[in-house]
Amino acid sequence: MDFEKLHREESGRVLSTLIRLLGDFDLAEEMLQEAYAVALQKWPAEGAPANPRAWLISTARHKAIDRLRRDHRFEMKRDEIARNADSTARPADDFGDAMFPDDRLRLIFTCSHPALATDAQVALTLHTICGLTTDEISRSFLVSVATMSQRLVRAKRKIRDANIPYCIPALEDLPDRLDAAMLVVYLIFNEGYLASTGDALVRRELCAEAIRLGRVLCELMPREAEPRALLGLMLLHDSRCDARTSADGDLIVLDEQDRTLWHAEQIREGTALTESALRGGSKGPYALQASIAALHANAQTARDTDWPQIAALYAALLAVNPSPVIEVNWAVAVAMARTPDQGLALLDKLESREKLSEFHLLPAARADLLRRLGKSAEAAEAYRRALALATNDVERRFLRRRLAQLPTQ
Amino acid sequence: MQYLLLIYGQESDWFNLTPTQSAAMQQEYGQFSKEIAESGKHLGSNRLTPVASATTVRVRDGKRVVTDGPFAETKEQLGGYYLVEAKDLDEAITLAGRIPAARHGSVEVRPIFKM
Repeated sequence: MDFEKLHREESGRVLSTLIRLLGDFDLAEEMLQEAYAVALQKWPAEGAPANPRAWLISTARHKAIDRLRRDHRFEMKRDEIARNADSTARPADDFGDAMFPDDRLRLIFTCSHPALATDAQVALTLHTICGLTTDEISRSFLVSVATMSQRLVRAKRKIRDANIPYCIPALEDLPDRLDAAMLVVYLIFNEGYLASTGDALVRRELCAEAIRLGRVLCELMPREAEPRALLGLMLLHDSRCDARTSADGDLIVLDEQDRTLWHAEQIREGTALTESALRGGSKGPYALQASIAALHANAQTARDTDWPQIAALYAALLAVNPSPVIEVNWAVAVAMARTPDQGLALLDKLESREKLSEFHLLPAARADLLRRLGKSAEAAEAYRRALALATNDVERRFLRRRLAQLPTQ
Repeated sequence: MQYLLLIYGQESDWFNLTPTQSAAMQQEYGQFSKEIAESGKHLGSNRLTPVASATTVRVRDGKRVVTDGPFAETKEQLGGYYLVEAKDLDEAITLAGRIPAARHGSVEVRPIFKM
């Protein structure tokens, strides 16, 4: 039994149901940890139960009830929990796959509640739904572990003290709440697609999770175009998952990927969703990014790609959603559509304007354009700078390989 | 659960209302107060006199210091409050959004500490 894998795959599902049953984030987390501890002790000797998820929920719930019986400070809480538990009381075996399909959606809406700061919303969702550790989240936000754990503690305290409800919002509030929820879903996808730590570049289950949540959002808001654009974007990115890494886990960049490995069905669905979103009037960042992804996905070769249109879409994206990552992508698209020199000029402008001392994508993009120009010495220096900043093992191996491939000067 | 809805706004906006506007505003508040009272969520409410009437009291080293004016000079002033019963923050936010001042000033939603 691979406990790390179990934790990664199940903790979000289990925790979201426990939070609903117990009505308390901290208690749910604590009891889940205790249930894991029992599992670690029992399963290796007795064998894992047929349904580990059901076992974890039921064990954690019993632990919570024991705790509440023991601890009289929880007297009031106990009545509430007894109600929640009674309303769903059923044999442990019934905690099956489709048991509470809405629990994670409830949790998403609670975690992305506008009464929480955006950074807290994202951190909380990654922590509770995706089961990422404080350490992993802090790294993807470029803040210290202490800052991140403080952020999570404060967010959970506010949910409790202000009584932020654990429910799907009222219909009139849904559009606003949806924007926040979509952002969170997209960030989950990115966490899976470009994992900030660890060996596996593609954390398949996180991407699948985000796509599943994207589908639920589309179902819930069939008249909204933006969730379709988001789902389309995620599917189009995900369609390349098998082509992005080699057998030994190395990163393969877009123009070197074997396009026969791209998932045709995901491309078809993603492109159709993107077109439908655009027809539905979607002009937001997801629709623009999905359009870019669709142009890549439907090009026969890297050379055939419609780079001028991609550069124009990045410029439009930059106007609605300015960010250094998008600006780097725009510069690269301009380099492809016109000349590497023009792309380099845009990177220079970005570097002189912003303080981006820890942003590895900038020297990495610069290195690639210098390589294309045959300026090996300068390219080597830029690769070394990117290497010093990149934390993802797969990206680091890619950068090292590129550096080694440069012709010696 | 109880929430205090604190109504903030620029007092000058209030002073500059024409008698007709002022009457319309009072009527709106009257209507809101009536509705919320009928729903059973109203626990208390008051309008405050302008901050010009405020006095701030501090005790330092056992000595009481009294000064004129509010504790902090801010762009928006506390003008009144509603104490409401709401099942959760979402309901409190919905009530806060119905207070007329939310359209030009702001309403701060504060949960009441449970002893």
